[in-house]
Amino acid sequence: MSFLEFSGVAKRFGPVEVLKNINLTVDQKEIVFIIGASGSGKSTLLRCINVLETITEGDLIVDGLSVRGTRRDIRRIRLEAGMVFQQFNLFPHLTALENVMFGPLKVRGSSRGEARDLAEQLLVKVGLGDRMANYPSQLSGGQQQRTAIARALAVKPRMMLFDEPTSALDPELRHEVLGVMRQLADEGMTMIVVTHEMKFARDVGTRLLFLEGGTVLHDGEPKLLLADPPSERLSSFLRHVH
Amino acid sequence: MNFEWSAFFDSIPNLLGGARVTVMVALVSLPIGLLIGTIVGIILTYGHKSIRLIAQCYVGLIRGTPMIVQIMFIFFAVPVLLGVRLSGLSAGILALVVNSSAYLAEIVRGGLLAVPKGLQEAGLAMGLPMHRVISSIVGPVAFRRMLPALGNQFIVGLKDTSLLIVIGVGELTRTGQEIMTDNYRAVEVWFAVGLLYLVIISVMTSVFKFIERAGRIS
Ligand SMILES: Nc1ncnc2c1ncn2[C@@H]1O[C@H](COP(=O)(O)OP(=O)(O)OP(=O)(O)O)[C@@H](O)[C@H]1O
Ligand SMILES: [Mg+2]
Repeated sequence: MSFLEFSGVAKRFGPVEVLKNINLTVDQKEIVFIIGASGSGKSTLLRCINVLETITEGDLIVDGLSVRGTRRDIRRIRLEAGMVFQQFNLFPHLTALENVMFGPLKVRGSSRGEARDLAEQLLVKVGLGDRMANYPSQLSGGQQQRTAIARALAVKPRMMLFDEPTSALDPELRHEVLGVMRQLADEGMTMIVVTHEMKFARDVGTRLLFLEGGTVLHDGEPKLLLADPPSERLSSFLRHVH
Repeated sequence: MNFEWSAFFDSIPNLLGGARVTVMVALVSLPIGLLIGTIVGIILTYGHKSIRLIAQCYVGLIRGTPMIVQIMFIFFAVPVLLGVRLSGLSAGILALVVNSSAYLAEIVRGGLLAVPKGLQEAGLAMGLPMHRVISSIVGPVAFRRMLPALGNQFIVGLKDTSLLIVIGVGELTRTGQEIMTDNYRAVEVWFAVGLLYLVIISVMTSVFKFIERAGRIS
């Protein structure tokens, strides 16, 4: 059985159908990149996985649990799927260290000592060993996003969801976040990444989805799809993001 | 006219007694008002439709009527309706609790709504249930931002205790009134009364400033 299984998933906001009949499976250790024009449904697709959006049709199974399941199932899905947001969404009243300790303490039931050890270890891993005592407002965008990645990892998810993790960052800060993501990919984390970073998708991705109007128009090898776009839609999209 | 310092100083001991009542009433009712206001504010923001409607009616009713009418109602009408006896002091405290809770509820609602939605989503995405997202993330963030407005409402509430004069509670304003009817030194007495309010409110302001500083980031 696959790690993720979309069968006939549709998502409507009122009368607007944002995702249409999505059928898709993702296995563990896949690094799936999702690209597509603004409004094509990339974020919505991602957010259906951890049930920040509820699907309106079909079914979506995450590691054996349906997103239509009980509250407990949904919480378990969320423990399995860490999420990184475009706007970081760090807790502003907590330091970097406390942000990363938050998950272990509040959802994994770790002791303070365990949580602190894990958080320190993860912050060192994302290159912020010297920034642990800083509040989010005292960190650069790239540092905030790396903290957010560490915060998600601290819950020990089996999969990571990234929604345009570098879009809010200045170009010179992006590589530090991408570096951390590449390292995660190398370690075998299952990842689903919405991004406009085509070069990164080509280098790191094992799979590329091109969304168009709420459907998956292409699903294939990133290098192949990007080098030789099979449709005019994709080539014109790629020209626009250059 | 000449300012008679002796009338001023002579009024102080009695006025301090009144000030004690004022502070006591505020100190008892405003924290209870904050507790109820917080609950009502959370219901207004996150509650299910039906219970939210009840909360909205409560706030609407309180904000839509003058406080003095509420005081009169609680002191004179509630005993008739429920067949209980209420002292002026307990009616006054009750009125202040009810009145401040409605305004504080609106402050709490505004504070919760002002917290970026993304923080709530970050909490939910970690697997935290909604009530713990509110208690551990949205609440603490909102509370820090709400402090100035809460402090302001506490000042208003403290001054509203002077309205309890109409049901005979011996607070600061009433005490001033009594002294003045006795000695006719309006200027000295009301000057002293005003000064005492100013001192009480300055202390209150400093306490809130202190809490704000303690919670400030960086
Ligand atoms: N909560 C919502 N209510 C109504 N419509 C929504 C909501 N969220 C998204 N939509 C609509 O759904 C469509 C897809 O949105 P989505 O955010 O998934 O697009 P996207 O591909 O992530 O776009 P972008 O690249 O701009 O982030 C858009 O037309 C958007 O307006
Ligand atoms: Mg998006």
